[in-house]
Amino acid sequence: MDDKDRLILTLLEEDCKVPVESLADMVDLTKEELLSRIEVLEKDRIIQKYTACVDWEKAGEGVVAAIVELKVSPERDFGYDKIAERLARHRQVKSLRLISGAYDLELLVVGKNIHEITRFVAEQVAPLEHVRETGTILIMKTYKDNGIEYFERKSGERLPYSL
Amino acid sequence: MRNFCSERVRSIPPSGIRKFFDIAQEMDDVISLGVGEPDFDTPWNIREAAIRSIEQGQTAYTSNTGLLELRQEIQRYLEESFGVSYDYRSEMIVTSGASEALDIVIRGVVDPGDDVLVADPSYIAYCSNVMLAGGRPVQVPCLEKDKFRLTPEAIQEKITPKTKVLLCNFPNNPSGAVMSKDDYKAIADVVVDNDLLLVSDEIYTELTYDGQKTAAASVDELWERTITINGFSKAFSMTGWRLGYLCAPREIAAEILKIHQYVMLSAPTGAQYAGIEALKNGMDACKEMVQEFRVRRNLFVNGLNRAGLKTHMPSGAFYAFPNVSEFGLSDEVFAERLLKEHHVAVVPGSVFGDAGKDHLRCSYATSRDDLMKAVERIEEFIADISKN
Repeated sequence: MDDKDRLILTLLEEDCKVPVESLADMVDLTKEELLSRIEVLEKDRIIQKYTACVDWEKAGEGVVAAIVELKVSPERDFGYDKIAERLARHRQVKSLRLISGAYDLELLVVGKNIHEITRFVAEQVAPLEHVRETGTILIMKTYKDNGIEYFERKSGERLPYSL
Repeated sequence: MRNFCSERVRSIPPSGIRKFFDIAQEMDDVISLGVGEPDFDTPWNIREAAIRSIEQGQTAYTSNTGLLELRQEIQRYLEESFGVSYDYRSEMIVTSGASEALDIVIRGVVDPGDDVLVADPSYIAYCSNVMLAGGRPVQVPCLEKDKFRLTPEAIQEKITPKTKVLLCNFPNNPSGAVMSKDDYKAIADVVVDNDLLLVSDEIYTELTYDGQKTAAASVDELWERTITINGFSKAFSMTGWRLGYLCAPREIAAEILKIHQYVMLSAPTGAQYAGIEALKNGMDACKEMVQEFRVRRNLFVNGLNRAGLKTHMPSGAFYAFPNVSEFGLSDEVFAERLLKEHHVAVVPGSVFGDAGKDHLRCSYATSRDDLMKAVERIEEFIADISKN
């Protein structure tokens, strides 16, 4: 990993659909050099996946999301890893993190409606042996995600020429 | 009725881009590469600092030289960034943009009859500033073969007994050229031997992509005969705030302060509070913007060269400066036709001085998408003129 690799990652994270010729220009490499670097980044799973940022609220698909916080008793030898791996297998769990503070794990859970999420938490998460407490925080509106602002903003005007 | 306008002001030629401005106004799909300002909004923490200052009623004049805390921050910034030392108490004036600094510096040091050497090509205000002060601008060519840098030979050639000041701007608008510390050292002898004052406008210095960002006054022999002009517009995307500063040895600063206090009193107060925040907590945002400019530079300059427009890779500012001499059109005609026929706005290089002839100033302070579209249109235009 060098500065060029870091720049490539930053630019792809911003827009993974950027034409490869343009990206090569931006980082001042030949197309071949760039592609071989990306291949390494993909192989090392530093680039995990190419995906789209979707504003589902705008799409009107009625998806509901909640942050679910868990207090978990760590297991001897495994800590939080085993329970985290079990939780991560659920398709409803979009992200899962070990966090500091009052809770131990934080999940982002999605469902078609509130009931689906509460049922998931009540039936699939809370009963797990090592889970001591859950707290569900409903997401009411997304303003910014992945560094992208979800509301339209009028940008300032500039003159076509200035010196 | 008499003509009431002074001969001095009448001697100033009208702006070389007025015509282009009028043409562009009539079109609705122009991609403008004609802009000399960053396209980012000022970082939010900086804006918020100004809002807070206004909410708290900090709306009065400040000290003529600027807020104490701002000057202290400027002193720290210059020391940490360039190893240049200026005393915030006596060697610094906060101004309404670098433009005001430039004006009051020139008026503070130029007498009628003085010759002022101006690095050519350069920001177009320079020659007018000199003329308004009664001085005579003398252009010192910075040539493409020297990567548009100032050389001691070019300076020496233009020196007469009347020469008093050397005025330059690196990283350069319009060429994107950068002077390294060694480049400044190379001109130090000719400046010292001829007892010149160096006025160094370093407004683009944060936008240095290759090598170290530099201040002319960091060269020891030059410090006592250098006035450093800088500001917040380009580094923090704060053009509309009108906030800049000048630093000069104490005796010179004291004289120039007289002009500032009579024409401006003090720089806008809200902008000064924003400036404190910029220097304290804005450098990360500045670095991000610089990285974006570097990416665009690479994208755009590589694209132009592939499109058939010979363009050197500029090391600073946000301008590409392609050479159009091979197409048999003057830079002015090239720019006008490119605007009229393919709706891309650029500024002809000759606007910036004789040495800018045959070049175009293309600002890449615009979105990557627009830059790619502009390259396509330029390629089409080149195909058109090559056919005929």
